[in-house]
Amino acid sequence: MIINLNIKTMSLDRRNFIKTIGFAGLTLAVGKGFGSPNPNEDDTEFHAMLFDSTICIGCRSCENACAKAHDFPEPDDELKAGVIRKTNETRRGVINKYDTSKGELFVRNQCMHCNEPACAAACLTQAMYKTREGPVIWREDKCMGCRYCMVSCPFDVPKFEYHSANPKIQKCDMCYDRIIKGEIPACAEACGDALIFGTRRELLAEAHKRIAENPKDYNGKIYGEDVAGGTGLLYLASADFDELGFNTKLQNSSYPELSKGFLFSVPSIFVLLPPLLLGIREATKNNLPKEEENE
Amino acid sequence: MSNPAYVVAKENDNRSIWRFIFNELKPKGKWLTPFNIISIPIILLGLALIVIRFWKGIGSITNLTQEIPWGLWIGFDVVTGVAFAGGAYVLTFMVYILNLKKYHSIVRITVLNGFLAYVFYAGALLLDLGRPWNVVNPIIGNNFGTSSVLFLVAWHFMLYMIAELIEFSPTIAEWLGARRARKILSGMTIGAVIFGITLSTLHQSGLGALYLMAKDKIHPLWYSEFIPVLFLVSSIFAGLSMVIFEGSISHKVFFSKISEKNHKAQKGILTGLSKICAGAMFAYFFLQLLVFIHGKHWDLLNSPMGYWFLVEMFGFVLLPMLLFVYSYRKSNILMVRVAAILTMLGIIINRLNVTVIGFRWDAPVHYFPSWMEIVVTLAVIFTEIWIFRWIINRMPVLNDPPSWAKED
Ligand code: SF4
Ligand code: SF4
Repeated sequence: MIINLNIKTMSLDRRNFIKTIGFAGLTLAVGKGFGSPNPNEDDTEFHAMLFDSTICIGCRSCENACAKAHDFPEPDDELKAGVIRKTNETRRGVINKYDTSKGELFVRNQCMHCNEPACAAACLTQAMYKTREGPVIWREDKCMGCRYCMVSCPFDVPKFEYHSANPKIQKCDMCYDRIIKGEIPACAEACGDALIFGTRRELLAEAHKRIAENPKDYNGKIYGEDVAGGTGLLYLASADFDELGFNTKLQNSSYPELSKGFLFSVPSIFVLLPPLLLGIREATKNNLPKEEENE
Repeated sequence: MSNPAYVVAKENDNRSIWRFIFNELKPKGKWLTPFNIISIPIILLGLALIVIRFWKGIGSITNLTQEIPWGLWIGFDVVTGVAFAGGAYVLTFMVYILNLKKYHSIVRITVLNGFLAYVFYAGALLLDLGRPWNVVNPIIGNNFGTSSVLFLVAWHFMLYMIAELIEFSPTIAEWLGARRARKILSGMTIGAVIFGITLSTLHQSGLGALYLMAKDKIHPLWYSEFIPVLFLVSSIFAGLSMVIFEGSISHKVFFSKISEKNHKAQKGILTGLSKICAGAMFAYFFLQLLVFIHGKHWDLLNSPMGYWFLVEMFGFVLLPMLLFVYSYRKSNILMVRVAAILTMLGIIINRLNVTVIGFRWDAPVHYFPSWMEIVVTLAVIFTEIWIFRWIINRMPVLNDPPSWAKED
């Protein structure tokens, strides 16, 4: 089997994403380059997590560690194949059990921490934000609760507290507060085996290595390498990803790309349309006597 | 203008201005009209529901879910409502840019309608925001989410409201008898019109562009990269149909306010508008056809959603278009109105198909608005009509401006 060792460096991905932001900034002609950090100045790499379902035994210590770290109730429902447990306002990551052609398998589900996240591109206040360390975080003081991030996320990750007068968006933030302190996410710490933490480049190389060394144990693909423009959660599995509840119909290019064309056209319309309108007005004014009934 | 109010106001005495405004605030005319009897309880109920919503959270009165975070309040109030408010930019384009003077008599009422529509839909948007106290963040730069289509739409809503207020302001000045202010404000009209049309082009299409990233969530018959263009083109005839519809009602309800000359002009205006609607709808139908062929979704037509798509295209685009053609050929005003109503229904269906019905059409649990969401929506619409009526009864919107305004 030929293995594609085309490893993308993360800073490149980030630069592209920030370019989107910068261009769209012209949108309102209120100023240039506001809000976006200078991409050339730092070489921090995106961090990521690799989940290998051939190792996971479904013990759910990751779920418990997450609940404890964020003061959520401990999950107490049973795992059953065929019943898909979803993340929700009080559960940022879940393990599900699947009956597959390769036997019983467990898969973790949480925010994918996309390289170019749809949620962050959607957010009009940058409350959803792709940090330079990689995690996509939510910032309470900025969010206005419009839920456009939920509409846009292809993985349906952000969850909204519908029954609160001061609602928050809940989703995994890869324990950003721990990462900046040099610690690793609570779930990865609790697991230490099936779920590992590192830079995206290292983990991608590791995933390719595992496939190359034991091709029979894996389905040959890495979910997250390309999907949605590449994500910070990388998955390995023996059975096909279709069988494991992954959405394999998603596009491989980034989602913010979809509205880029529209956003790019905005400045030109702002520049071109007003003079055009003025021109038409002058042209039609001269030709017509007053009170003309013209169509 | 024989209204003594203008005389009072013109004295320019501060105290009398306040007395004048105070007098104007009082209701005029009968209280127990059928409209009042229906609308007052609904508005009160709506207010009570809004209190509950802010107290217990959005989930307490809506049926929204984690998978379907935008429902009736966005899909109908905002997305559909703004399409209907498109009449203002189309009409100001015709009157001020193309210099089609014939339509001048309906500019004021259309702009008023558009302005109120935006004010109330922006208001409805606040109800839907989970954290409305942060609504100023994208304006004050905490932070500027410039890669967001919603950021663009939010700014445009705000700027457009200002532009429409400027366009309408001479009427307010006439009402207050503020002669100098009127002169200054009228001088700003053209600028506001040009700015307003530009903003409208962008946010009418922007409302469609909001859904571009929801590629996998919207039924493929309604999702395409051309949603923005389709939304823009359809806002032309959506807005004009609203002008026809609203004009027909105002003509009955405010009959006495409209001058003889403008009554006579109405027929010509309506047939003219139906011509434009027919043209825009033809273009729209053709675009939809191209998009459909481009999308290669023939197989999807033979499914319930496919039939629904065909109903929308033939029953609510092609049919009203033909009716518009028929009505201007025969100058049949009744048909113009029928066509306008069908067109408006078609716009509601189309916008809801993109935003609600076709959004997560495959989800195991479908979203259907709760009765409370519907009541709040009705309360918003009724309140808007109340304010609309209040203004029409006081300011020279339908009736001719005071004679001093013409001399300037
Ligand atoms: S998975 Fe969704 S919420 Fe997470 S980063 Fe990607 S777009 Fe954002
Ligand atoms: S809900 Fe909050 S985080 Fe999500 S897009 Fe709106 S403002 Fe941003």
